[in-house]
Amino acid sequence: MNVPILQMRGITKTFPGVKALQDVTLDVNRGEVHAICGENGAGKSTLMKVLSGVYAHNTFEGDILFENEPCDFASISDSEKRGIVIIHQELALSPYLSIAENIFLGNELASRGWVDWRKTNLEASKLLARVGLDENPVTPIQHISVGKQQLVEIAKALSKEVKLLILDEPTAALNDEDSDHLLDLILHLKGQGVTSIIISHKLNEIRKVADAVTIIRDGKSIETLRLDQGQITQERIIRGMVGRDLDSLYPEREPQIGEEVLRIEDWTVQHPQDHTRTVVHNASLNVRKGEVVGLAGLMGAGRTELAMSVFGRTYGRAVSGKVFKHGKEINTSTVPEAIRHGIAYATEDRKHYGLNLIEDIKRNISMAALPKLSKRGWVDGNKETTVANGYRKSMNIKAPSVAAITGKLSGGNQQKVVLSKWMFSDPDVLILDEPTRGIDVGAKFEIYTIIAELAAQGKAVIVISSELPELLGICDRIYTLSAGHVTGEVPIAEASQETLMHYMTKEKE
Amino acid sequence: MSALRESLGFLASRLRQVGIFVALILIVLLFQVLTDGILLQPQNVSNLVVQNSYILILAIGMVMVIIAGHIDLSVGSIAGFIGAVAGVMIVHWGWAWWAAIPACLLVGALVGAWQGYWIAYVGIPAFIVTLAGMLIFRGLTLITLKNQQITPFPDELRALGGGFLPDISGGTSVLEWLTVILGVGGTAALLFQSIKERRVRRKFNLENEPMAWFATKTAFIAVLMLVITFLLASYRGTPIVLLVLAALVIAYSALMNNSIFGRHTYAIGGNLHAAELSGIKTKAVTFRLFVNMGVLAALAGLIFTARLNSAQPAGGTGFELDSIAAAFIGGAAVQGGIGTVAGAMIGGLIMGVLNNGMSILGLGTDYQQLIKGLVLLLAVGFDIFNKNRAGGGSSIAKRFKLRTTPPATETKAPAETKAPAEPAAPVAAGSRQSDNS
Repeated sequence: MNVPILQMRGITKTFPGVKALQDVTLDVNRGEVHAICGENGAGKSTLMKVLSGVYAHNTFEGDILFENEPCDFASISDSEKRGIVIIHQELALSPYLSIAENIFLGNELASRGWVDWRKTNLEASKLLARVGLDENPVTPIQHISVGKQQLVEIAKALSKEVKLLILDEPTAALNDEDSDHLLDLILHLKGQGVTSIIISHKLNEIRKVADAVTIIRDGKSIETLRLDQGQITQERIIRGMVGRDLDSLYPEREPQIGEEVLRIEDWTVQHPQDHTRTVVHNASLNVRKGEVVGLAGLMGAGRTELAMSVFGRTYGRAVSGKVFKHGKEINTSTVPEAIRHGIAYATEDRKHYGLNLIEDIKRNISMAALPKLSKRGWVDGNKETTVANGYRKSMNIKAPSVAAITGKLSGGNQQKVVLSKWMFSDPDVLILDEPTRGIDVGAKFEIYTIIAELAAQGKAVIVISSELPELLGICDRIYTLSAGHVTGEVPIAEASQETLMHYMTKEKE
Repeated sequence: MSALRESLGFLASRLRQVGIFVALILIVLLFQVLTDGILLQPQNVSNLVVQNSYILILAIGMVMVIIAGHIDLSVGSIAGFIGAVAGVMIVHWGWAWWAAIPACLLVGALVGAWQGYWIAYVGIPAFIVTLAGMLIFRGLTLITLKNQQITPFPDELRALGGGFLPDISGGTSVLEWLTVILGVGGTAALLFQSIKERRVRRKFNLENEPMAWFATKTAFIAVLMLVITFLLASYRGTPIVLLVLAALVIAYSALMNNSIFGRHTYAIGGNLHAAELSGIKTKAVTFRLFVNMGVLAALAGLIFTARLNSAQPAGGTGFELDSIAAAFIGGAAVQGGIGTVAGAMIGGLIMGVLNNGMSILGLGTDYQQLIKGLVLLLAVGFDIFNKNRAGGGSSIAKRFKLRTTPPATETKAPAETKAPAEPAAPVAAGSRQSDNS
């Protein structure tokens, strides 16, 4: 029964400065559903990109055997010819084309360059029946839900006579009903002989569909658990996913925790486009003076969505709930209001949401609080430079001068500019979203030190992070989120990677 | 030697800004030769200023709109419409010029508010709204004028278009001394300001231009201003529009560099999301930019009408294209966030000299358009070429093996990785507290 269809051996993939994958092994048997599990950034997606030819065969080390034959794919089309089809998290569908056109996009059923529409729609209907989607093939993609679009992607894969189907977080954007339907379909296709690899960290899904689970941690394959050997249990998976070494150092601090500064109650947020999805459910949390509170959660848990919806409704729709500051309800429905009430949000995506990359350091630092430097609408340039020079020194921003363009700085220094900007707005509550993402170890320590100092100055700090050791190293208290619900609140003394991961993967009641 | 190297390296790193300036000078010299010296004759210099003043005024507003990441195709029609409104107010209704001018500027503001509303608050792209505006206000111009020109205008208004400052010597001198005083005073003020700015930059440890380059550049600009002063003074003196234009350039340069409004405009064009998340009221800023554009378009319309002494159905046609071209030749970026008022003025002058020089040579509008189009394409193409060659002019500098000014990238590795061993924390804490207090 256990006939291997895919063997990946010794896969090592290096990006400038980072080893994304290190000697990874993956064995997938014919006709099974194989799950790949790991924390955010563990290297799951990179591995699948290696397999599907997104990264050409000469850009990584190691061997891939598919149906006992070596693979040296130069592009996705090479892997598709062999029957390996990957469906990415962000669907690759054209919203204005019909279902049928999307299914055969790049693969048109045509004779002498002219599309045969009858055949296209007929074949599309057959494929739609196979994936259990009851839609007219001429319907434009934008008129069907994300869940159905996901099924169209699978129909598209089937049209290419797929042997190995790779799904990258297929249910991340789906509501519960659509998720169940999708998982049933995967099992159904398994019955028809299609092998699937599914990237997921939703443990209930994995228990439902997976015959085997390979765990990736920090770019290494840790182990493969098999259902027929009774190895797929929640405890085994969690143990494999965490257990990362504490490789960073954290500054010593003695928390001086005061009264409550900010409280969020019954916060509920809907997805901005897909109204059937609630991204944050009745979340309640608080943070006190001088306290560093962590928000832990896996991809799609709703941490950033929660933070941005509180910060001036910059995410989501139909936001409901209350925000209290020092016990009094406040209005944070626009960014200027939120800033006026002393809230600052430093984004996880510096380049797109945090900085004006074509502008210099000082103008970025002053951007959120220009009135503090101005009289009657005129900015005092000398004062601005003085302030910026102060932050350059205190935050140790490495640049020739504060007139340097931020786009040319390293990630760590860009992050310090973002933090300087928000510190200059003099907030009481700072929400820092992935403050050390894409930053090297040395700069991380500096960021941790800055966070510790902010708390020591009496600021309330909320840190969103995907790195559990980091949260354990700098927080006083950690909330866990799972699928939009606050599933746990753990004081630091009781927190460990295992307990946090347990809550982070907890299903709602 | 090292000073020269440093200067050349600096020039290479600022190829765009320097290049546009050099291009203007080369074009002036070229036409000076081709026209046998007619181009720089006092009367022609005076004409050049007056003929291009309304395009330059439009270019001020246009570059601001472009910096914010938008565009305005309607300014020519608005200028024409305001000319028509002025004609009706002054000629038909008999309003005094001092009442009609502010009234016309107000109408311009309302027109700008109309367009700004659709762009900022409804969210229709500026290209569409102002394309519609181009048709709407041309239509309104024709309706207002009933398809006929309105003329004549009173002398006071005509002075705005073609008038000169009075001769204080009472006709006894070949030079207009008031112009000399203004020109020399302006040059001195510019020198003073440049030196002061350089001092401030040094005081705050910001990079300065190399001394040799700074001295050459400043001396050159000063000489240029004095030459223009002399040329104007030996004809009929300072055109009144030049004073208006100079005041606008100074005021708007200051506004864009030193006011909250100007800063927010750059922030919006540079990264709209980051600006929004920094609490900038992006819609209000966009709205005001278009109101401002409307007022400047009204002013340009008034000046144009005053110069022709007639409000015409086709007045202002094509102004939008010249002012957009001026902004882009002057270094504004299509995707927003980059551009200066001064750059747009140089861009406008390049277009103006091309127009004027080619007219003197007797080239028809056919060739004029062809050449202007190619100049615009080359100027922006040069920008893109430079950008694609990774990091602006530095690549060209490398090709010539020149040492450029130190790049703004930092050297991260050694110092940063050392940080955990010797935390900079205590120092940081102290200085930060003082910032926040």
